[in-house]
Amino acid sequence: MRRQYARSVGRLAIAALVLATGAVTFGQTKIVVDGSTTVGPLAKAFAEHFMSERPGVTVTVSESGSGNGAKSLINGTCDVADMSRFMKETEFKAAVEAGVFPVAHVIAMDGIAVIVHPSNPARDLTVEQVRDIYLGKITNWKEIGGPDKPIVVISRDTNSGTYECFEELVMNKQKMAATVEYVGSNGAMRQRVQSTPTAIGYAGLGFVDRTVKALSVNGVQPSRATVVSGVYPIARPLYMFTNGYPKLGSPLHAFITLHLTPKGQEIVEAIGFIPVTTCDSPAGQAEGKE
Amino acid sequence: MTSLSLPAQRATRRNVGRLSRPASAWRRFLGLVGHGLLLLVTSSSVLAVLFIFFFIARDALPFFFTPEVSVLQRLREFLTTSAWYPSGNPPAFGALAIFVGSGLVTLAAACVAVPIGVLAAICLSDVLPFRIRQLVKPLVEVLAAIPSVAYGFFALVVLAPLLQSHGGTVLSIGWWCLAGPAAALTVFVLSDLLAARRPDRQRRALRLTAGLLLAALAGLLVFSVGRRLAAIEIDSGTNALNVALILGIMALPTVTSVSEDALQAVGRELRAGAYALGSTRAETVIRVVLPAASGGICAAIILGLMRAVGETMVVWMASGNAARIPNPWYNLLQPVRTLTATIAGDMGEADHVTGSARYHVLFALALALLSIALLCNLVSEWVIRRTVARYR
Repeated sequence: MRRQYARSVGRLAIAALVLATGAVTFGQTKIVVDGSTTVGPLAKAFAEHFMSERPGVTVTVSESGSGNGAKSLINGTCDVADMSRFMKETEFKAAVEAGVFPVAHVIAMDGIAVIVHPSNPARDLTVEQVRDIYLGKITNWKEIGGPDKPIVVISRDTNSGTYECFEELVMNKQKMAATVEYVGSNGAMRQRVQSTPTAIGYAGLGFVDRTVKALSVNGVQPSRATVVSGVYPIARPLYMFTNGYPKLGSPLHAFITLHLTPKGQEIVEAIGFIPVTTCDSPAGQAEGKE
Repeated sequence: MTSLSLPAQRATRRNVGRLSRPASAWRRFLGLVGHGLLLLVTSSSVLAVLFIFFFIARDALPFFFTPEVSVLQRLREFLTTSAWYPSGNPPAFGALAIFVGSGLVTLAAACVAVPIGVLAAICLSDVLPFRIRQLVKPLVEVLAAIPSVAYGFFALVVLAPLLQSHGGTVLSIGWWCLAGPAAALTVFVLSDLLAARRPDRQRRALRLTAGLLLAALAGLLVFSVGRRLAAIEIDSGTNALNVALILGIMALPTVTSVSEDALQAVGRELRAGAYALGSTRAETVIRVVLPAASGGICAAIILGLMRAVGETMVVWMASGNAARIPNPWYNLLQPVRTLTATIAGDMGEADHVTGSARYHVLFALALALLSIALLCNLVSEWVIRRTVARYR
């Protein structure tokens, strides 16, 4: 919900911006951001904050998918490519041939918790078990050491970045069973799981609270620390790619390092991702939230 | 009269048979403009419908006419398979389960809204005193003013957990409320009918014994079905039943209000005539008023159903959205996915940049939805015209 909210606010901001740039005189620094729909909301929130700090700079953010982001960077039509995956070999080759040298900046971590009702005795599942549940191969809790109850399997809608991440890291791009239910937001997911004793679902780590139980996967409990250290399996870095490392002190440099500032980390958390700086940031507070 | 001047007299003579002097060319032009403007305003709603149809069809057709697959193949996949993976690789666009889901939910909502709505309309128009009717009808119409997201929230946060934790109890209570009165009515009518042909002496005794026997039978039936229902456990509260109940309630004000208007439109004369021939109130309502108002009631039902078919928010929040035909198909206790929820839910990222088939298939769904709506409207028009012709 929060992600969607931020997205729509971002869209409004963009619309306003487009109108404003038409009216305002030229000569301003402009940063064009394009790419992943997962990173998009974060980039938009960054852009909003960035522009309020530096009135002379305009940042436009579009969301056309990771692949298109890479393409735009190679064509030179954008300064920053948002990507929810690393650049492919072919993309790198095309970039170098075009005289563009992509540099990756990891701006946040995307971790997904597998959640069940607090009364559920299940504690730990392997990624394979989670996949089999979503493929419809495991349909009863007794098959994985629970009570003899059918599993109510709940997924996020296919539009969300959370779904995309889950599909990539858990499903191996295999199709979910037709019996899987879909909900439209992380909030609705939490609501469904906390009121359904036999349900299993997944949500961005930032949305997990005490009303649901986050399972450990492959024996690793999801937390900010395990996600950032890379031990927790259902997590991935989110990238911004630039052409070379931006000139130090330039607006682009400031934008691309925004996630390292306290305000940037706050924004990352508000969107539902995990700051890469978690190790020395208020980690205790993060643990307490789970 | 003689005081009129000569030109005035001439003018009067010229204007015989006319109300005023002939209009000048300018005025005639103005009149034409006025007519044109009015026509434009009137036809703008029609134009809006045509435009919507045109633009939806324009974006829907590319889904069927693609270079990769033939039209027939696409149509067959769309209408006869039920694998719905628009974002998959390769994608699958089988919408059969979605059509079935929409139909099932609408049908079940009709089962809730139609009996309650029509009975309530009869009660409002022919049973309740005028003053109470004036009080109750606006209250019923308030139901229509509640925003659908509020209904959806209720369905998700209250009804779904209730169905999960006390599903059997809810079902059996519902069954008792429906089947109890229905069984009692059937027993009374049947025992009356059985006893009607007998001579007077035997009639009372026969009616009593038949009534008791039938009552015992019906009671046993209702009770056993109720017990079986009470044993049911519902796995997932966001299912077709949940949505059907809510949609039924949402369609209720439309059905009630429009049916009541239709019943009122029948008029005093028919009712007075029926009473004068010695009919009871029940006979008047069932034999005279209802048939005369049947066209309007049909229109009310179709209007109510249209609301159920087109409702999006409630369905998206509380139907479970699993793109699968329930097993067996009438099983309301399983999640379903509907046309509207699919369009709303899949719209977000499916812009034409990322995946064209994924974008156009939603318009194909919208086109189907719009066609269903138009068909329903045409049918209701036809029904009304037919009954009006019969009763004039």
